[in-house]
Amino acid sequence: MDLQINDKSMTVKASPDTPLLWVLREELGLVGAKFGCGMGLCGACTVVVDGHATRTCVTPVSAVAGKSITTIEGLSADGGHALQRAWNEMDVPQCGYCQSGQIMTAKALLAQTPSPTDAEIDAAMSNNLCRCGTYLRIRKAVKRAAELNAMSHAMLELREEETSHAS
Amino acid sequence: MLLNRRNFLTLSALAGGGMALKFYIGPFELNAQRPSPHFLPSSFIEIAASGAVTIMAPAPEIGQGVRTMLPMVIADELDVLWSQVTVQQADLNDKYGFQVAGGSMSTPNLYEPLRHVGAAGRALLVQAAANKWGVPTAECSTAAGKVLHKSSGRELGYGELAADAAKLPVPDMEKVPVKDPKEFTIIGKMQPGVDNHKIFTGQPVFGLDVRLPGMLYAVYEKAPVFAGKAKSANLDAIRSMPGVKKAFLVASKVKESGIIDFYAGLEGGVAIVAESWWQAEKARRELKVEWETVRGGEQSSEAFAAQAAKLIAQPPQSYPRRNGDVAAALKSSAKVVEAEYEYPFIAHVTLEPQGTTAWYHDGEMEIWTTSQLPGPGRDYIAENFGIDKSKITVHMIRAGGGFGRRLVNDPMVEAAWIAREAGAPVQLIWTREQDIHHDSYRPGAWHKLQAGLDAEGKVTAWSQHLVTYGEGEKTANSAGMGKDEFPAGALQNYEQGLSTMPLWIRTGPLRAPGSNALAFVSESFMDELAAAAGRDPHAFRHDFLAAAVKQTGDAGRREFFARMLGVLDQVAEESGWNTRRKNAGEGFGLAVYACHLGYVAQVARVKVEGAQVRVLDVWACVDVGRQIINPSGAEAQVEGSIIEGLSHMEQEITFENGHSVQTNYHQHPLARMRQVPAIHISWRKTDYRTTGLGEPAMPPSIPAIANAIFDATGKRIRTLPLKKSGFSWA
Repeated sequence: MDLQINDKSMTVKASPDTPLLWVLREELGLVGAKFGCGMGLCGACTVVVDGHATRTCVTPVSAVAGKSITTIEGLSADGGHALQRAWNEMDVPQCGYCQSGQIMTAKALLAQTPSPTDAEIDAAMSNNLCRCGTYLRIRKAVKRAAELNAMSHAMLELREEETSHAS
Repeated sequence: MLLNRRNFLTLSALAGGGMALKFYIGPFELNAQRPSPHFLPSSFIEIAASGAVTIMAPAPEIGQGVRTMLPMVIADELDVLWSQVTVQQADLNDKYGFQVAGGSMSTPNLYEPLRHVGAAGRALLVQAAANKWGVPTAECSTAAGKVLHKSSGRELGYGELAADAAKLPVPDMEKVPVKDPKEFTIIGKMQPGVDNHKIFTGQPVFGLDVRLPGMLYAVYEKAPVFAGKAKSANLDAIRSMPGVKKAFLVASKVKESGIIDFYAGLEGGVAIVAESWWQAEKARRELKVEWETVRGGEQSSEAFAAQAAKLIAQPPQSYPRRNGDVAAALKSSAKVVEAEYEYPFIAHVTLEPQGTTAWYHDGEMEIWTTSQLPGPGRDYIAENFGIDKSKITVHMIRAGGGFGRRLVNDPMVEAAWIAREAGAPVQLIWTREQDIHHDSYRPGAWHKLQAGLDAEGKVTAWSQHLVTYGEGEKTANSAGMGKDEFPAGALQNYEQGLSTMPLWIRTGPLRAPGSNALAFVSESFMDELAAAAGRDPHAFRHDFLAAAVKQTGDAGRREFFARMLGVLDQVAEESGWNTRRKNAGEGFGLAVYACHLGYVAQVARVKVEGAQVRVLDVWACVDVGRQIINPSGAEAQVEGSIIEGLSHMEQEITFENGHSVQTNYHQHPLARMRQVPAIHISWRKTDYRTTGLGEPAMPPSIPAIANAIFDATGKRIRTLPLKKSGFSWA
């Protein structure tokens, strides 16, 4: 079976009913997505599939063949992605185990809603559990990531404007 | 106080021109002048010729932030930039001394000694520079990993001095000057977690992320009832399933005892080892086991409640503490207030389920664990599996949450046994259902309280009868009440009664053990007394604690009550208690509590609509001594503790046929983002020693919220979970 993960094509051998989570963690060595409940209840295993936050512990690998999958490893290796930077600025993690799933849920949210309100963040994030109780910082970090995204868009536009003026 | 003859420093040169300063904590032989050669340091500083600094973190990381916070202390006193520091995790080794994450003890045990370790390193480097320049050390100063001689404008980096420093005599740790806290550059400043980058980029960092060449995955099915035995199973069918490498029965090694021993021993069951965890899990779902229940199969929450109802109506079986004459004092009181409280068993549900990686090869056992207290697990394996202790290596891996669950080493012991049979590295992963089913639960209990009030509304006597699980006066793990439990010592007439009933279900410590439920009882009842006396909840508690400070003849108790009073008054001020205004449906509640050397008062503001409760704000005032080491980590612990209170108020484990009914998060919920209040934290800095924050902020959150619900509705919360008192979170 061929999968499209983090803009790379990967071939996997797992049986089609294997949840995507175990294919990522065991066959492909992408351990960022975590096992928490096995029932899609906690969100620790979340990755983005075709733009949607997806619970990989209950998603058979056969259901995502040919779709575009982004895991936390696909954000950036150097930690430079807006979500990674925001999460570090707010020092969100306590134990840290749920944070990969939180970040990937936030990624799907910001792609849909670039500048979410508190209520929109709560609605999108409330099915991602955090046993340590880092929710207040997660909410701040989502807002900060939105801000960083807006700043980099503004800079891009400025640069494009400068380039068009120059030409 | 914390520097004594059992602590030592040694100094050595590193290859390539660096220095290594090592810090040893006992156990050493009494009066030893140096650690014996086979001891390893509890912590160390290594400075390479390049100037790179490595600091070893001694305690396990479970999300409480010690891997960041303890090295910060050394780095500040050493006077280097935090960015120059790499943190390395220690393995488990007796030679490191006692390694534990529990009881909020890392900070009080290590803060002062580690300051002196850093300061000793700095003193050595200053001496090396002074020697080189031929100037007195008094003319030298340090900053950002350099020694400076300001009058001549000279400076040398620590890396350039390390080789010379390594040749100097080791300074006396007690005499090296530590910084004036005003000069701190790292301590007291927010430092993000040292593992953040790895977490945000998906690198392996947690226990279940461990990967070894040729590693197999295991599931382990245990009997529904604790210590039940697997008589037979359809192993041939299981072995023929895809990917399955081994399937075998494991005999129980659980010790017979009245109540379950904390280290009960290997529980029997059926192990399945496969190429992938999913293959092992799929095979487990086809498993048919014939179990032999040894005992406890008849237990149920209903039967426990019926038994408790009988016990609570009778005089206590024993009195762990009796002061004065409670009966007489109640008789002569103007008013007697009585109430019964009840709270359930709850499970830890660390988000990373239990698991361990183990590899048995060439007679040696290597273990990768997320244990909070790995020593006893290693010792059990040595004593029971015929492997010499010296042949067992234990690596301590960051845990996806601890909360006390990982003080019990059952997953480690199981993984070691399975790995010994499997002949390959094995990672054992429990399912969430197994994690809940085989927890060491926070035990439930019942309390009957009686207190008297005099005509002025002062408390004359307090009687508390605890009905819980145990054998005679011995309570099940974490089910007891300390003899000094508040308000013991505050009143002349005080008694604690105890009645126990048998239990064959494992219990254990959960964040702020005992306290996490006892605070709910005593601080809710205190609120009832304030209401019965017709007094403001803050003013009533203030007077109670002020009287306690005066009343007690014991200096330790006096400090205890005075510090409670300090945070109580400060939280009242910070929350604007005396000028508070309630909007429709709102209520304010207050609670104050002390445990694990920390003193915390909280005010909660809630809004109740029908049966739905929303916690809007919580103000917390915290006294953990004179220094907050990492404000980011410290605030995180307080926020997390308060939010954990919300979770506890919703959770309940019940039993039927000797085992838990609940299976996963849908039946044992955690608080969600939309439910969390705004949290306002203030520190009360006192001139007491710096202590830990993993636990003390947790207990008062439940009564503060419960008392706020009473304020909003007039309905007293005496039974948890909340739904049994008619409420739920909005």
